[in-house]
Amino acid sequence: MIDAVGNPQSILLLGGTSEIGLAVVEGFANDRPLRVVLAARPSERLDAARARLEARGCAVETVAFDAAALDTHADVVRKAFTGGDIDVAVVAFGLLGDNEQAWTDVPTAVELAQVNYTAAVSVGVALAERMREQGHGALVAFSSVAGERARRSNFVYGSTKAGLDAFYTGLTEALRPHGVSVTIVRPGFVHTRMTEGMRPAPLSTTPEAVAALTVDAVRTRRELVWAPAPLRLVMSVLRHLPRAVFRRLPV
Amino acid sequence: MSGSTSLRGWGRTAPTTATVLAPRSPDDVSAAISAAGPRGIIARGLGRSYGDPSQNAGGTVLDMTGLATIHSIDAGTGLVDLDAGVSLDTLMRAALPYGLWVPVLPGTREVTIGGAIGADVHGKNHHTKGSFGNHVRSIDLATADGRVRRLTPDGPESELFWATVGGMGLTGVVVRATVALHRTESAYFVVDTDRTADLDELMALLTDGSDDTYGYSAAWFDTTTTGAQLGRAVLTRGSLATVDQLPPKLRHDPLKFDAPQLLTFPDVFPNGLANRYTLRAFSELWYRKAPKRQRGSIQNITAFYHVLDMFGEWNRVFGSRGFLQYQFLVPFGEEPTFRRIIEKIAASPHASGLNVLKRFGDGNPAPLSFPHPGWTITVDFPIARGLHRFCNELDELVLAAGGRLYLAKESRTSAATFRRGYPRFDEWRKTRDAADPEGVFTSDMARRLELTS
Repeated sequence: MIDAVGNPQSILLLGGTSEIGLAVVEGFANDRPLRVVLAARPSERLDAARARLEARGCAVETVAFDAAALDTHADVVRKAFTGGDIDVAVVAFGLLGDNEQAWTDVPTAVELAQVNYTAAVSVGVALAERMREQGHGALVAFSSVAGERARRSNFVYGSTKAGLDAFYTGLTEALRPHGVSVTIVRPGFVHTRMTEGMRPAPLSTTPEAVAALTVDAVRTRRELVWAPAPLRLVMSVLRHLPRAVFRRLPV
Repeated sequence: MSGSTSLRGWGRTAPTTATVLAPRSPDDVSAAISAAGPRGIIARGLGRSYGDPSQNAGGTVLDMTGLATIHSIDAGTGLVDLDAGVSLDTLMRAALPYGLWVPVLPGTREVTIGGAIGADVHGKNHHTKGSFGNHVRSIDLATADGRVRRLTPDGPESELFWATVGGMGLTGVVVRATVALHRTESAYFVVDTDRTADLDELMALLTDGSDDTYGYSAAWFDTTTTGAQLGRAVLTRGSLATVDQLPPKLRHDPLKFDAPQLLTFPDVFPNGLANRYTLRAFSELWYRKAPKRQRGSIQNITAFYHVLDMFGEWNRVFGSRGFLQYQFLVPFGEEPTFRRIIEKIAASPHASGLNVLKRFGDGNPAPLSFPHPGWTITVDFPIARGLHRFCNELDELVLAAGGRLYLAKESRTSAATFRRGYPRFDEWRKTRDAADPEGVFTSDMARRLELTS
């Protein structure tokens, strides 16, 4: 159960080695150790994440999860709930991909679309069903500013995040009468493995900073959070620029 | 089993959804228990617990307020036989014409008999009369096996009786009870008021032996002032008035029950309205309006006891984020601990306006009953950033002093912290599990604090 001040007792991280996702789990664990289910492909990184959380006093289970294997998702979610209620479920998996390859190569584009969008919808539906049954819970989905307005440099990724964002926005409303809250996080450029070697965009941030905003949003049941917060204003302006101007921006 | 009704406690935090049923008879209750799904069932009264004990996410919640008949009142013995959904307000209005008084009244009369037993509520007279369970002579409990058992405090199933008292509804559903009322000549109190300059002066008054000469005693204290004014307080103590003590104009109708509701707050208050500045202003006003020293004032129950009952839905003042009430006790001898806690609150950004200090008398045999010899303190905090950490720090101080938290108010502690305060938890758990081996009775609180398996 999530208590009166927003402490959860259990958390499921889909994309169990995601740096931002793990930072969210640690953000909650800092205040009170909790039961953690990490869903990811077995790897050394997963073992390391498990050890780190256990050192903080968390009880950690792992469930094998491959975002691209869509037909296994229902089973993965079922397994994740066998240990009891899941108070917070974080959908944190995703691929960035190389935009030039992605828009010119069919398998690359499809993989990106499947992992970032179709898989997010697939687990979203399965999670929604379980949370409706348990009558409470919080879902967190990581969208991106890239989904707010497609850019030439990043539009395949952006399109997948736009789809995810729209799905979870609608899910927020659908789950509201069932006592389940949904928080959509729209980060800007985050320094992670995924963006290693890339030139940081303005207002770039860290996984820890995004996690802190996310934890706060879940505690206060906020439905949309930009990370960092000023991006809301920046993107609101960018969204309304004429195309002729937008395409000339060095972003 | 998808729930359809969103439920919260009085603190308006942590809503969850459940299927709400409204039984009209003990048979309805037993039928609902038999039909409960995998997420179980819990009874709910008037929803005055601050946290989540009468919520059951994804399961069934029984709205017991439809089971509300007073079957008999015996003016001779003072025994009243009534359904669990009767409120203390209704009971009091029905009993007063017989010259009978409800022996234990919490800070509101909007509590059902079932809730008063489940939380083993206490009032300002704990030091003289104990808690609600002390006055219950029998409980009809609908249990997991589909039966309704009649339990008494010293009969064959007395363990289950005392596990039900303070058991937060987790042993079964109380459907009916017999409660022993007290005689009274009037519905008025003779009240003495003392306004103290600081905490030391208050403690001196509470420990000089004078407290035992009053039936009822509690102090409001200020948590917004520091330094020389730390813990300045208004101590009000009184006893039920005899007819002789009443002024002539009240003597013709001494049992008149005067409890007006002035207004109901609309649900329009923004978050953050109750903040350290407004609460400081409120505290200043509350302190200043009290007389420095007053003796023998005749007051009705609203003025002396249930000031907040004048205002319907007063919890709305805290906005949509709600608030939590932090009530704890520390044993006698741990006065420095609550001084530290008051200092900590005064120094923190979390302000509280309605703070109550009360001296408890002896506890009763119920393993989970909160009252215990010592001091109990109640403070209200609006939900705000950082409150969870602040409360964790308070927990540490309370538990280290051998204290405990009150489940009727509790909404945010950990299972481990809760148990540290209740050394007889395992005993309760054993009785509970024997009466409900399948774990049919459960609630959000039970899941959160791991009270059931």
